[in-house]
Amino acid sequence: MDPLLLARLQFALTVGFHFLFPPLTIGLAWMLVIIEAIGWKKKDEIYAKIGKFFGKVLGLIFAVGVATGIVMEFQFGTNWSEYSKFVGDVFGAPLAAEGVFAFFLESTFLGLYIFGRERVSKGVHWFSILMVAVGSTISAFWILVANSWQQTPAGYVIQNNRAELVDFWAAVFNPSTLPRFFHTFGASLISGSFLMTGVAAYWLIRNKHVEIAKRAINFSIIFGLIASLLELFPFGHEHAKQVAKTQPEKFAAIQGLYKTQEGAPLAIFAIPGTKPPKLHFPVEIPGLLSWLAFGDINAEIKGINEFPPDEIPPLWLTFVSYHNMVVLGLYFIFVTALAAYFIKKKTLYEKKKFLKVLLWSTPLPLIACQLGWIAAEVGRQPWIVYKLMKTRDAVSITVGAGELLFSIIMFVLIYILLLSIFLSLLFRWIKKGPEPLTGEVAQ
Amino acid sequence: MIDLNTIWFLLVGVLIIGYAILDGFDLGVGVIQLFTKDEKERQININAVGPVWDGNEVWLLTGGGALFAAFPVVYATVFSGFYLAFMLLLFFLIFRAVSFEFRKFSETAEAKKKWDMAFAIGSTVPALLYGVAIGNIMKGLPIEIVDGKVVSKITFLGLLNPFAILIGLTGFAMFVMQGAIYLTMKTEGAHQEKVIKWANGGWIAFVALYVISTIATLFVAPHLFQGILNNILFWTVFLLLLAGIIYTPIGLKSKKYGWTFLASSVTIAAVIGLLAISLYPNLVPSSIDLEKFSLTIYNASSSQYTLKTMLIIALIGMPVVIGYTIFIYRVFKGKVIITKDSY
Repeated sequence: MDPLLLARLQFALTVGFHFLFPPLTIGLAWMLVIIEAIGWKKKDEIYAKIGKFFGKVLGLIFAVGVATGIVMEFQFGTNWSEYSKFVGDVFGAPLAAEGVFAFFLESTFLGLYIFGRERVSKGVHWFSILMVAVGSTISAFWILVANSWQQTPAGYVIQNNRAELVDFWAAVFNPSTLPRFFHTFGASLISGSFLMTGVAAYWLIRNKHVEIAKRAINFSIIFGLIASLLELFPFGHEHAKQVAKTQPEKFAAIQGLYKTQEGAPLAIFAIPGTKPPKLHFPVEIPGLLSWLAFGDINAEIKGINEFPPDEIPPLWLTFVSYHNMVVLGLYFIFVTALAAYFIKKKTLYEKKKFLKVLLWSTPLPLIACQLGWIAAEVGRQPWIVYKLMKTRDAVSITVGAGELLFSIIMFVLIYILLLSIFLSLLFRWIKKGPEPLTGEVAQ
Repeated sequence: MIDLNTIWFLLVGVLIIGYAILDGFDLGVGVIQLFTKDEKERQININAVGPVWDGNEVWLLTGGGALFAAFPVVYATVFSGFYLAFMLLLFFLIFRAVSFEFRKFSETAEAKKKWDMAFAIGSTVPALLYGVAIGNIMKGLPIEIVDGKVVSKITFLGLLNPFAILIGLTGFAMFVMQGAIYLTMKTEGAHQEKVIKWANGGWIAFVALYVISTIATLFVAPHLFQGILNNILFWTVFLLLLAGIIYTPIGLKSKKYGWTFLASSVTIAAVIGLLAISLYPNLVPSSIDLEKFSLTIYNASSSQYTLKTMLIIALIGMPVVIGYTIFIYRVFKGKVIITKDSY
């Protein structure tokens, strides 16, 4: 077997699995910042109970995130040693900064948040969840700095056979850092809100913990609606505009634009065929892609035909993953808006079928995260660093196919086990539900 | 004037020392957990490290990140060279990381015991492997530099040599000593009596193994002794090591557990410090040709600009980290109290 393919498979597998957890952590942590503040300041028992219940959920999610994250810190060295040597001068810095500015903060204060409820004052306890939220968000920032630098490298020169940093801030705020950060941050908020919505919907369907569930779902629906709207505009829109400008090959691939056109259409739906690249059964809106990307319905957008064949990404996977992500994004707006409307009409809690829809929608934001990430990373191929280094030149030369196969099988087995245990513990905790209301606020 | 490369050699050393002292004690607690039969005692053990272990482990992650940023060639060469051993380490660290929360969410005593064992084994194996890795680096790795590129011929079985295993056992004893001494501050009564025995036993094993390792190093890695015997810094750190080693049993006997923990931490810092002084300016000695092919703080480093930038990041970030870490330890100071939030 081809070691390169195996190394890529392992990376995709380990990052993909890890990436299920941090978005939930970030989203849930920010929701808890608000919920715990209301519980504390307004002495609201219901919010206090919601905070306590989901605080424990956060601990469980965070643990699996940490466990799977350890792998990521070292995998560049173990599996991508040629890459590490070539870009270490630039790429190592954000990873180290993530440790110094984020990992310490979130891990240390999570310990205080989980165990300190009865040891420190309410104010310090609230500060600890704030620091967890801030820390996990800073963590996302630095890892996306590193990832964005691979997409749109800046602030470096090539000398001594490697990329050397010459302008730290240019590398940190490379052209895609901020669009990518906000887009991922928005996705995290949606992921967290859908988790809380799903749990509350489950309780409502079963007529359990009704008072708490109502308040939780009201909060998470509004939170999710705002996050979903922001995710489309400006976050998603700005990110797409940036890709159009800085990575035209990727943009053409995800949009299914195979021939350079003026007034390029936006493909709403199509089935992409590969040889030759062609969209079957396309549903298109003329000029819209040009307008969205460059603010002019007549603007010319480069198609796949403009680029050398060995420098274009896989077309089918990028198109399909990107479009499904967009569809899911629109669905999130639709479903949260509808739920918000029912809340206003005071009919949401009776609509069991709709609550079931909300329940089954719980994992969809995480699927959208995965799809978006596939579009971003596969869309960068064949480069590991855009126009600087090809993925095939980056892999560890000393690690053989046998060793890779061993580690892949190991990770698959561990992750299947972890996921099933994680889910069974989480489901049992949800079934058990929050502590019953007593009519008084714990001091 | 100390150059930036040397400063980063020191900083990576500080991160490793921070990790060995802090995660060192919760690895040691994990080893003791493996032999703790009483359910109640196991619960106290795991809760003694519960609120802080995660912050402790970040020293490892940040150490990895700092090594990547400051000495990318070492990061790339050693981690890819140790591939299978590293995957094995990750296997245990993953289960260790989830064991705390999974234990808390488990409802039956049986399931809780399972996660106690995951914590225990997930600590025991890494506590051994770290020393094995260090032993191989002390001995020198089969690396050479061909056309400006580092080529390594490290094999998995080659890593399991007697010298490396000896260093592994020494580190293991050191972590057990540190973990047991930490537990003396966290436990009471009969449980405390038991961990004091562990602490004394760990101390004896560590001292004996350290002496044997030092003698073995004279034969296996004589290069580590070159030119350090007339180095004043070496002797200063050596005195610290002696002070730490001598005070430990005295402190245990006179029930000054906080001071004993400090002494044991100084011992760990000195052990790593002495090794660092011996290695300097090498990071990874080459067993093929020490002079020509060793990875040093100069030929394996990032550019001066990156080292300077990273230094600023460390100077801004680390004081804050140390500040709130001390704060958290003060909050959870004293004997373990089991509450509803406990594991």
